[in-house]
Order: sequence, then C-alpha cells, then structure tokens
Amino acid sequence: MESIYQALVEIVGEDYASNRHEELFTYSKDLGTSPPQWPEYVAAPKTVEEVQKIVYLANKEKVAIVPLGGGLTLAGLALPLKGGIIIDMKRLDKIIEVNEAARYMVVEAGASHGKVTAYLHKHHPTLMHSEPGAPAAATIGGNMAIHGQGDLAHPYGFNTDMINGLEVILPTGEIARFGSCAVGSGWYTMHPLPDLGLFLGWNGSTGIITKISFRLYPYKKIRDNDAFTVSDENLVPEILHELTHLGLTEDLIATSSEIPPVMNRLHHISIMIAGDYEEEMEFKRHMIFDLTLGKYIRSGVGGIGGIAAERLRPQISKSADWKKGGGFEYVGSIVPVAAYPECYRRGSEISARHDIPYTVLGRVIGCCHAMMFSWSYAFNRADAETVRHAREALHETDVMVMELNGTIWKPAVFGQKLMMDRMDQTTLQLMKKVKDLLDPNGIMNPGNWEVQ
Amino acid sequence: MMGLEEYKYKDLIHRCFRCGYCKFPTDWSDVTNCPAYARFRMESYSNGGRLWLIYAWLTGEIQWSENLSKILYSCTSCKNCVEKCPLSFNDDIVNMVVAAKSQMVETGKVPPLVRKFLQNVQVQGNPYGIDANKRADWMNGLELQPYQGQDYLYYVGCEGAYDTRAQGAARATARVLQDAGVSFGVLGVDECCDGNEVDMLGEEALLEDLATKNIDQFSKRGVKNIVTLSPHAYNVFKNKYPAFGGHFNVLHYTQVFADLIKTGKLKGPEQQGVRITFHDPCFLGRWNGEYNAPRKVIGAVKGANFTEMERNKKGALCCGGGAGNFFTDFLGGSGESPARIRAREAGDVKADILAVACPNCLTMLDDAVKAEGLDNRIKVMDISELLCPA
Ligand SMILES: Cc1cc2nc3c(=O)[nH]c(=O)nc-3n(C[C@H](O)[C@H](O)[C@H](O)COP(=O)(O)OP(=O)(O)OC[C@H]3O[C@@H](n4cnc5c(N)ncnc54)[C@H](O)[C@@H]3O)c2cc1C
Ligand code: SF4
Ligand code: SF4
Repeated sequence: MESIYQALVEIVGEDYASNRHEELFTYSKDLGTSPPQWPEYVAAPKTVEEVQKIVYLANKEKVAIVPLGGGLTLAGLALPLKGGIIIDMKRLDKIIEVNEAARYMVVEAGASHGKVTAYLHKHHPTLMHSEPGAPAAATIGGNMAIHGQGDLAHPYGFNTDMINGLEVILPTGEIARFGSCAVGSGWYTMHPLPDLGLFLGWNGSTGIITKISFRLYPYKKIRDNDAFTVSDENLVPEILHELTHLGLTEDLIATSSEIPPVMNRLHHISIMIAGDYEEEMEFKRHMIFDLTLGKYIRSGVGGIGGIAAERLRPQISKSADWKKGGGFEYVGSIVPVAAYPECYRRGSEISARHDIPYTVLGRVIGCCHAMMFSWSYAFNRADAETVRHAREALHETDVMVMELNGTIWKPAVFGQKLMMDRMDQTTLQLMKKVKDLLDPNGIMNPGNWEVQ
Repeated sequence: MMGLEEYKYKDLIHRCFRCGYCKFPTDWSDVTNCPAYARFRMESYSNGGRLWLIYAWLTGEIQWSENLSKILYSCTSCKNCVEKCPLSFNDDIVNMVVAAKSQMVETGKVPPLVRKFLQNVQVQGNPYGIDANKRADWMNGLELQPYQGQDYLYYVGCEGAYDTRAQGAARATARVLQDAGVSFGVLGVDECCDGNEVDMLGEEALLEDLATKNIDQFSKRGVKNIVTLSPHAYNVFKNKYPAFGGHFNVLHYTQVFADLIKTGKLKGPEQQGVRITFHDPCFLGRWNGEYNAPRKVIGAVKGANFTEMERNKKGALCCGGGAGNFFTDFLGGSGESPARIRAREAGDVKADILAVACPNCLTMLDDAVKAEGLDNRIKVMDISELLCPA
C-alpha cells in the first residue's frame, strides 16, 4: 500500500499527503458520538486537477474516497466507513467570482462559510449569503452536500435551493458542470436545463463538488435580533404562520431549553429584522410587535423577550460546552411547522430519560413550508457513559422523527437506514441505479445512502 | 510514561470541540491564521487537532512518535487560537500544548532539534551553541557602559546578541537610546538566555534555572527597570519572573521610544513617500496587548505612509518563529511557511518597508522576503533601525 501513498505524494506533494498514525487518528474521529473509523490515507489537494487525479487513482486501486469539508455535521458523514482516502477539501478554497448585479457568487467547494461572510462584508457590503449556524470553518461544499440551511432560510429556503451552478468530479473522474455554466453562459442560473439533481443531499457519495455558484441577497445595514416568548408550545406554529404571512422578517427560529432556567419550558421565537433605514425598522417593529403579535401580548400569553440584540455573523456556537464535556450531537429533521409542539414534547421526554437537559430548536424554512427541527444531546467526551446515553437518545429521536412522519436531515447511517426502510421501492431502486451508474467501483463515500 | 493524571489540564483538555474557530483571524478572512495549520493544512496541525492528539496520547489511545512531537512543537505559541476560541477555557489552550511539551521533555522524548536547542541553552546560555564569551560581540565599537545602576538595563537577548541580522537591531536600539540621552547599561558577556522559548518548549526546570540566575544577577546589580530588544524577553521577565521572585519594571524598547517621542527627546527621520507596514510580534501583541507603541514610533517617521496589512494587531499572522521555531524551523521550507505568506501580504499592500519589532520576526521575515524574490521591492527593518540616525 506504500504505492498508493507514493502516488498521493506525487499528486499533492509530500506535505499534503499522510499515512502517518497521527493524521489517520485525527481524521478517524468525528465531533459527535460516532465511533472512530480509520482512513488509510489523508490527502489535501489544492486544485480541481489534483482532486481528479486522486479519484482516478482510487478507481485504479479500488480504494474508497471520502470528501471532507469542515467535518462538522456531527453525524459521522465524513468518516471513512470502509477505510480508504480522506480528501480534505479545505485547500480548494478560491473565491472565483462575485457578480453584484446578478447577485451570485462562485467559489471552490472547500471555501469556508466564515471566509465567504468576511469576503462579502469587506468587498460587497450590500450582499450576504445564507450562512448556517455551524462553526465558521464549515465549508460551502459540505453544507450543500447535506442540504444545509442558513440565516436566510425563511425568506429563501434551503441553501441548496439557492444554487445557480455546480461543477462536480464524478466518481469515475470526469468533470461535469450543471446549470448555465454547462453551456458556457456564466454561472447565473441552474434552470431551465433538464434536471440532473444527482449530487445534493448525497453526502458526497455520487461525486465531489468542486465549484458552486450560489445566490446572494441584500444585506441591510441595520440588523436586529428580537425575541418573542410564549409558554404554550401550541402557539408557536400559529405565531410563525402569522409572521411569515406578514413577510417582513429574515431568520425565524423557535427555541426552548432546560438550561438556563429562564428558558426552561418557555419558547423563544427569535425574529431577525433588517433594514437600511431607521424608519424601515420602526415600521417593521410596529407591524410585527404591535399589529401582528400585539394580541398575544394583550391576552397575556406572550411577551417581548428582547429587542435589538446583536446577531454576529459568523455566528459563534458554544453549545458544545453545555455539559462542560466538549461534546454534543443533534438529530435534525425537516418537519411541518405544525409539528413543533409534538417535537418539543417528545424530545424533552427523551432528554429526561437520558438525564440530558433538553435543547430543541426549530428554524422556519420558506414561507412556513417546513421547519428544520433539532434535538441536541450534550455529552462529556471523557465519560463513555454519557456518550452512550447521547447516542441512544439520538437513535430514539431518529425513530421518533419517523413516527411523527418527519424526514431526518443529514441522518447518520442509522437514520439513513430508517429512511430507506420506509422509502418507496421505486425511488429506492432508482437511487441504487443512479449510484451504480455513477460509481461502478463503489468508491465514493461508501456506506452512505447505500441501498442493499 | 506520564499519563493524564499528572497532566495539569486533565480536567479541561477533553472539552475542546474541534470546531475550528481557532484557525481564523479576528476578521474571519480565512482558516489560515494558525501558522502551523496554515503551513500543513492537516487537521492534526490545527489547535483542535493538536489538543485531541494530546488527550489521546495522555490516555494511552495513541503512542508517542516523532510525528506527534513534531505536531506539538510546530505550535509557535502565537496565541491566535486563544484569541478566537469562544469557549470558557480558551485562555489555557496554548498552555495545554506547552504542558504536553513538558510531559515530552520529562520523558526525554522531544525532536532532536528541540533537544539541541535546550542543550545549547544549558551549556552556552544561548540556543545557537555559540561560545558565551562571544555574547558581547554585537556591541563592538558602540562604547556602551556595563550596567552599574543606570536608569535602565538594556537586555539584548540571544538573537540580538548572536544572529548577524538581529545584531543590526540590537545595535540600532542601543544607538537610539544613546542619542536620546537615556541612561542605560548592558550586561555584555554576563547576559544569559531569558528563558521565554525554553518555557514555550516545555523545559520548566531550565526556565527556573535561568530565571533564578538572571534574577539573582539583576538584583545583585540593583536593576529596577529593564528595556528589552525582544518581545520574548519582555514577556518572560514581565509575566513569568515574578513567580520566581523577580519583580522588575519591564518595558519593550518600542514603549521607551514612544515615550521619548512624546517628550520630544526622540525625533523620527525623514522618509518621504515611503510606504511602511508593520508586522505585530505575538509576544508584544497578543501576549501583552501592546499594539500602539510600535505604531506610534512608526508614526514619527516623517513623510512616510503607514499602511496596515489585512491581518493585523490581534489578527496578525505569526511569522512562524515562536516557541523556538526560529531555530527548529518546523514550519519552514515551503511557500506556505507563515513567514513567506506574511512577506507576500506585505507585497500585497505595496509596502517598501516591512517594519518589525522583534529580532525573531526580523530574521524570519528577512529570509522570507528573499525566498519570495521580493527583496528588491521590500526592505525588512526593525523599528529601531528605522529610527536609528544614519
Ligand atoms: C454548532 C453547530 C451548528 C450547526 N448549525 C447548522 C445550521 O444552522 N445549518 C446547517 O445547515 N448546518 C448546521 N450544522 C451542521 C453542519 O456543521 C453544517 O451543515 C456544515 O455546513 C457542514 O459542512 P462541512 O464542511 O462541515 O461538511 P462535512 O462534515 O465535511 O461534510 C458533510 C458531508 O458532505 C460530504 N462532502 C464534504 N465536502 C464535499 C464536497 N466538496 N463534495 C461532495 N461531498 C462533500 C462529506 O463526505 C460528508 O458526507 C451545525 C453544526 C454545528 C456543530
Ligand atoms: S481550541 Fe477552541 S476553537 Fe479551537 S477547536 Fe478547540 S474548542 Fe474549538
Ligand atoms: S498558539 Fe498559534 S501556532 Fe499554536 S495552536 Fe495556537 S494559533 Fe496555532
């Protein structure tokens, strides 16, 4: 196997290839509860051509390849379940184009969300992209590969709904482009070409995304994070429905958590509003709090939980240290907004069973078309028992999502199987055909979305 | 082998989430502000990766190896990660690495170049292994007085005393102080390594030995005020010596210069139309929060245009020379060596002069500018050299 290592060294250079124990150890671990899975090699290519050469090598040697961005899904999706080569994509990080007039941006897939936010802030301060609440090191490619959502999910949907073009290295090594870029017309639209949606949500098991064009949106100068609080979870869907009917807000997130005590059993709806003028902000606040939410305040079932708090971009998450143990993992799901109360109630029961303070969150996607609802379970990395509890709670939650007729988002292999067990047979077989057709040697992130 | 139980941060180290915030600079512009990660771009070289490796080593999940020791010793103690890690224990994340280096030192398992560094300091009082009798060569022809109760002890440090490039800064600092009429003396061949790098390499016993010897000498001579050439010496005198009983008023030379400028005792030279940028030294900036003094001194250069590089102050990229790396050079040998990235950044802002305030940065960046082929455009100068009368 020394020959594979040597070939990798020839492709990416000695500094960026490793078969040393320490690198393999590092890439064998995820941040969540998944047990380690050891790669045999790690390579960090700089160019699309280098990635392509690695893919050709992997086909020749019949060795698995797993693309890795920030490695931040927590669900073990970039762990090499069948060994092989981890391709750390983070050196593929060029910002290729920002088109202010047509409001889109083209980057290499390994560019981090932090970098994109900082770049726009500095060079195009009137534009923003939909940034996930993940740590800033999360990559654009990794986020698209799992259908992520960001802080513009309410007005504009999933991040993958904002794609204007893709460049992908197929599992057999050829490079394909999708959208207007495929006909050499720039990177401004994914439509109206025939739909070839073969790569998003596949966890990199059908190809490696190398370039992405995605939409940008107006970034307003004044930005407020307000909060509205209710104690009755059953009110949350209707409030969100009214707010989305009004249509004056950006991000809408409902949260509830046992810690701190002031949050316990209460539901905070964080309402992001933005404007270029103070008058615009005043108008929005008036419409939201006086006219839309006023009736809840007057009837004593809701109250303003905070006005004009700062929301940093990139956001900074400290959630991993809740249990002072350096770990947490969450099940994410895509559910109807109406499911919020049930998701909250059943989730807090699971948490209680495992002695983990409950933490739930629901982010509105589109005009209340769906919600990303998550249940987080903290653990202490130094205490195997708490890790086991968290893992069990995660599995129970996956099962619960299915019972609630939800869809698990970025499922770990356990959740993938639950979904495939319920999947319509024709769809399942089509998935298998697509995978077999694209990846005849079965080398691309094997073990993910694997139809038996 | 040492285990987790003996490790000072045993209750903290597993709390690193490996979220990677610590790779960024203050303005989030890229994941490349940890110099070791910028150089190698493998997760093992980011601080999250490093802390997870240390934990695995201490719990016996992995064994010591040369690669592991290289990963630890490639950390330059630049403290960028401390600046960006959002968790409550962030103040200790570099200390966690240093404490792990200490465990390696205690078991004798350090990279050969680190061993050489420490042995040289032990035997000759400097990392280069040059004869201690040559420590005063830098001041030949300067007519400096030995310290005997003057207002300041001017402590030069190993780089300033021995490195031919850094000697220029040592001499320039002395001349500016002389010209401004500052009362100071030096220790000449009696000066000995300050121990900052020894500390960052995890050699606690040698640090104690050096600190005790230096404090003893300073005290016997009645030293109260110390002005240092190097921010590294400034840091260890100011922050570590008190624990060994050494309480001195310590200043970096840029602080003294800034004060002399304020009181009119020091005037900047003319440099019409010259574009100057400044590289913050980690041990002055992130370790001690001094960002203004060097900028004030540069501001005294008449007619020059000062321009910041994109990454500056708290967000500056380290030159890659800290924690002994100016000698061990674990981050060298590549276009992605932090010093070379920094040289290119100075080129990006079209600087004529890349000013530094540290003999370590001076040697690292001087070499880097040459390696980048930028030496015909950019001159790397210590601030003391900028201010030094022709
Ligand atoms: C605290 C916290 C908060 C989070 N909040 C959010 C949130 O608000 N919204 C959200 O969407 N997510 C969130 N996440 C989940 C996750 O971190 C993000 O979705 C992140 O963007 C994933 O990107 P990554 O680069 O880390 O992907 P990785 O984990 O590296 O990869 C994800 C998957 O995609 C594959 N992959 C990676 N790169 C490529 C590529 N170039 N081509 C093809 N496949 C590839 C991998 O093999 C893997 O299967 C959060 C995570 C944490 C820890
Ligand atoms: S040191 Fe802090 S910022 Fe860096 S990975 Fe660990 S927890 Fe995250
Ligand atoms: S101190 Fe500097 S080199 Fe060391 S881990 Fe932190 S950022 Fe990286």
